[in-house]
Amino acid sequence: MIKVENPNKDYGTPSPLSFQDLLDGLDSNQDIETVSGTIDGQSVTVPKGTSVMRAAATLDVNIPKLCATDSIEAFGSCRICLVAIEGRRGFPASCTTPFEEGMNVTTQNSEIAELRRNVMELYISDHPLDCLTCSANGDCELQDMAGAVGLRDVRYGYEGENHLDAVKDESNPYFTFDPSKCITCSRCVRACEETQGTFALTIEGRGFDSKVSAGQSEDFIDSECVSCGACVQACPTATLTEKSIIEAGQPEHSKITTCAYCGVGCAFKAEMKGDQVVRMTPYKGGKANRGHSCVKGRFAFGYATHRNRITSPMIRDSIEDQWKEVSWEEAFSFAASQLRGIQEKYGTKSIGGISSSRCTNEEVWLVQKMVRAGFGNNNIDTCARVCHSPTGYGLKQTLGEAAGTQDFDSVEESDVIMVMGANPTDAHPVFGSRMKKRLRDGARLIVVDPRRIDLVKSPHIQAEHHLKLMPGTNVSFINAMAHVIVRDKLFDADFVAERCEGEAFDEWMAFIRDEMNSPENSEAITGIPAADLIAAARLYAQEGNSAIYYGLGVTEHSQGSTTVMGIANLAMLTGNIGRRGVGVNPLRGQNNVQGSCDMGSFPHELPGYRPVTDDEVRGTFEQAWGVEIDPEPGYRINNMLDAACAGLYKGLYVQGEDIAQSDPNTHHVEEALNNLECLIVQDLFLNETAKFATVFLPGSSFLEKNGTFTNAERRISPVRKVMPPLAGLEDWEVTMGLCNALGFEMNYSHPREIMAEIASLTPTFANVTYERLDAEDSIQWPCNDETPDGTPIMHIDDFVRGKGLFKVTEYVATDEKITKRFPLILTTGRILSQYNVGAQTRRTENNTWHDQDILEIHPSDALDRGIVDGDRVKIQSRSGETHLNAIVTERVQPSVVYTTFHHPESGANVITTDNSDWATNCPEYKVTAVQISKVIADQEQSDWQRQYETFSDKQVELASSDTEQTA
Amino acid sequence: MSRDTSQEAVLERASLRASVLDAIAANKHLKGSLLPILHDIQNSLGHIPSEHVVDIAEALNLSRAEVHGVISFYHSFTTSPHGKTVVEVCRAESCQAKGGRLVEAAVKAKLGVDFKQTTDDGEFTLEDVYCLGNCACSPSIRVGADIYGRVTPESALQLIDTLKTADAS
Repeated sequence: MIKVENPNKDYGTPSPLSFQDLLDGLDSNQDIETVSGTIDGQSVTVPKGTSVMRAAATLDVNIPKLCATDSIEAFGSCRICLVAIEGRRGFPASCTTPFEEGMNVTTQNSEIAELRRNVMELYISDHPLDCLTCSANGDCELQDMAGAVGLRDVRYGYEGENHLDAVKDESNPYFTFDPSKCITCSRCVRACEETQGTFALTIEGRGFDSKVSAGQSEDFIDSECVSCGACVQACPTATLTEKSIIEAGQPEHSKITTCAYCGVGCAFKAEMKGDQVVRMTPYKGGKANRGHSCVKGRFAFGYATHRNRITSPMIRDSIEDQWKEVSWEEAFSFAASQLRGIQEKYGTKSIGGISSSRCTNEEVWLVQKMVRAGFGNNNIDTCARVCHSPTGYGLKQTLGEAAGTQDFDSVEESDVIMVMGANPTDAHPVFGSRMKKRLRDGARLIVVDPRRIDLVKSPHIQAEHHLKLMPGTNVSFINAMAHVIVRDKLFDADFVAERCEGEAFDEWMAFIRDEMNSPENSEAITGIPAADLIAAARLYAQEGNSAIYYGLGVTEHSQGSTTVMGIANLAMLTGNIGRRGVGVNPLRGQNNVQGSCDMGSFPHELPGYRPVTDDEVRGTFEQAWGVEIDPEPGYRINNMLDAACAGLYKGLYVQGEDIAQSDPNTHHVEEALNNLECLIVQDLFLNETAKFATVFLPGSSFLEKNGTFTNAERRISPVRKVMPPLAGLEDWEVTMGLCNALGFEMNYSHPREIMAEIASLTPTFANVTYERLDAEDSIQWPCNDETPDGTPIMHIDDFVRGKGLFKVTEYVATDEKITKRFPLILTTGRILSQYNVGAQTRRTENNTWHDQDILEIHPSDALDRGIVDGDRVKIQSRSGETHLNAIVTERVQPSVVYTTFHHPESGANVITTDNSDWATNCPEYKVTAVQISKVIADQEQSDWQRQYETFSDKQVELASSDTEQTA
Repeated sequence: MSRDTSQEAVLERASLRASVLDAIAANKHLKGSLLPILHDIQNSLGHIPSEHVVDIAEALNLSRAEVHGVISFYHSFTTSPHGKTVVEVCRAESCQAKGGRLVEAAVKAKLGVDFKQTTDDGEFTLEDVYCLGNCACSPSIRVGADIYGRVTPESALQLIDTLKTADAS
């Protein structure tokens, strides 16, 4: 019987089983080959390939070690873990020696003890003896091992040549590198290579001169280091230590929780001193991240206690007025009376709410419930509208469920990976690292992206095909892929016949065979050479398990939904769905995009993606909530804004979402917000939207509340409160307070009760409970009586909709055309260190890496315009104008420019347009026709940027009280 | 890194880079091509310029750190320019036992430099080395690619003189 791994124990070397095998093996041991023998007289059976060290650890026989840790492969350099094996000469290292059938191992005897002591004596002869004042005191493996081997003196003295004067590198804002404490075990170097896949570190020199070097003997900050923290995690001494630990000392308790940044949903240990978080460390038991982290989740949590946090409710009569701090009760009754007043004057449908993909499932649930039951309409939408709504629509249409088909572990079994319109190493870094690991192990890679993302080529990673398409031509590309597969008869006819609707498939076949979808015709549209596309299609169709991973580069287009359906068609056509290693995988931008959609914060759908127009579905909710629900779908975000501009929509409640910065065509958004009579914003900070508000309800960060997030793999993970909410209430309590003031009673004492309600009303969540989440760490929905253990892989025997449905996906060019006046296409994206609108990360040291948004422009376009690196440039579109600094780079192709949208003063969305996806109104952020020109010296800012600065400064001032609250 | 932007410096960098790219092109097809590339560069330029390590890393899809790790591991690779001729005096056990220290002293005095230093005229760089694999004929020195055994202080100085004359003529 193979024991369950204890996520809090270091077994020294990794398990020879894949994460997935490990899980399956626990259910049924038959397939796993095992070996048996004895260690210190105890019998042990382990999977073949397990090291002696790990085998011993499963018996809780803990062999001393320094260079081994179970997140990286065994290295055998420290020579502390020596053991005796019956019938073998000498003392082999237990980390690099596989346990074999019939082996009898002795881990402790007097000879071994002397060898270990001698080795430790050498280490300590060149190590500072400042244990009591050392930052690792209480968390130092070297100290532990010196104790374990019984080192009592060092015969060599400490005066010889040594490294004790080596200088600290404090260049990274989050951790220091102190080489005087280094024992050159290489754990950091190997973690950077194996876990993170950046290869930023090496051992420089040889022998006594060996030392850890970042880049070419540079400071960490100047090297390729991405500050993921894997090296700090792996370091057994004080050499690599978090600055927060140096400052505060070791934590005294911890809680497991879920990161609030991207849709990977990493599990972290929040390590605490009292109610202060001193460190976030990735949790090995986290099934999404498997013990890894990125610079955001690992280090950028300081925003939670940033001085900009607003901790008291505030109200005002108009946005010209000074904010007034009030009690919660006063804020609730003020807001409720305003909303009711508006409804009396302009009708029931004149108000609505927007929920957030950054809030918990329970909070989103309450917001949509308040709108439906308290406001009495369906004017509820979520910020997922502007990112992944086409995913929901497209996958529901074709496969029957609005979610990705796999878990993250699945990538370990992919043979071909196609990444389309996603930049995993920047936007989903922990999954990016897991994907890179699989690529280094031999999977082949197709990247479909107008820009050369890091995955295209970085150390030990090289895409076999980088198909550089013009932004806006995804559908033509995906159709051409299918055309080649059909033309070359590479499709899985059996799968299609058995699993998909025949009539729809025949219709689709007739469409896809049309010459207009040939790679040769597509080339004229996409710019992808036909030969490259044909080779990529053959690779995708023929080489075993093929998986597609995609992001906002697919969805944020006028044909976003069409592309999603095209992707589903392609996966069904080749039978790449319904097992491990394959599938259709949307990479979700924010932590709870999946959850906010699942929770029914859509104007047309009740929780579980069920139409609000369906009497039966509506009936269950009406019965449970004791109200009548409007059978008519409500406004989407863009409808709300349009209606506000038209004077029909007057009151809006926005929770944890910053539409003034993140939504397209800022001029239009600002006009709409100015037209509202009551804007209620619930957020951590006075964000851009709050500057237009008359009621501000302080929100709580993920550290201050209980709840659950659902990540990109449908994994529901617990969010646990580690400190009290700064403003006194958790977000769900705020919504409840407002709703009660409106006269619709809610009485929850804990989010677990909200989850119970979710489970009772949402078939896919039926068996989800907090008790199970506590016991199992996380659950992937659907989780109900049919799938009691949850569902890592979907559509295994049948599609959720029964048979898969091929949809005809005709390419229609976007209305956003390039012209002489606007000859370039602007496309937008993200960067590793910043997150979304930056409200959180901009308030951390992450700004060290990215303190402004930069425009990337190709050398030929730059040359035409006389632009050189660092020039201030004007970006003009049909919607507006903004100014940014430029960098000249071949990362972008000619006639395409690129920028990020993390800083409000950049005004990236001043330029983007009102165009949107035909089915879901997801904005076309990725395609804007622009002109770029150099600005004259005194025009640092565009008109909008000047107005923004004045307005923003004034609003910050209006919110500042005597105590604090200055930006 | 602040760079010298004078025309001379720019031209020199371009010429160094050209040599690096040549070495990459000549060896990239080999299996395990990093060492052959580094040897080629070391031989043609007398050193491996740090600022062009990035070209090697990119060509082989390695990180700069990895290439740096290899360069710094081997004593035969250097990152700053050497003198025209490298003189290596063996200081390993066998050579020391057979009078290598006298050779060491004589060569140092003759060249007026210590180990790891280059003469002012840029002609000679003196290096210490620990075993040239020629112990049977200790003490040994290596001048350029040639190893000389059973060296005496006199014969070592003669050798250096010959090189100087050869160079002058």
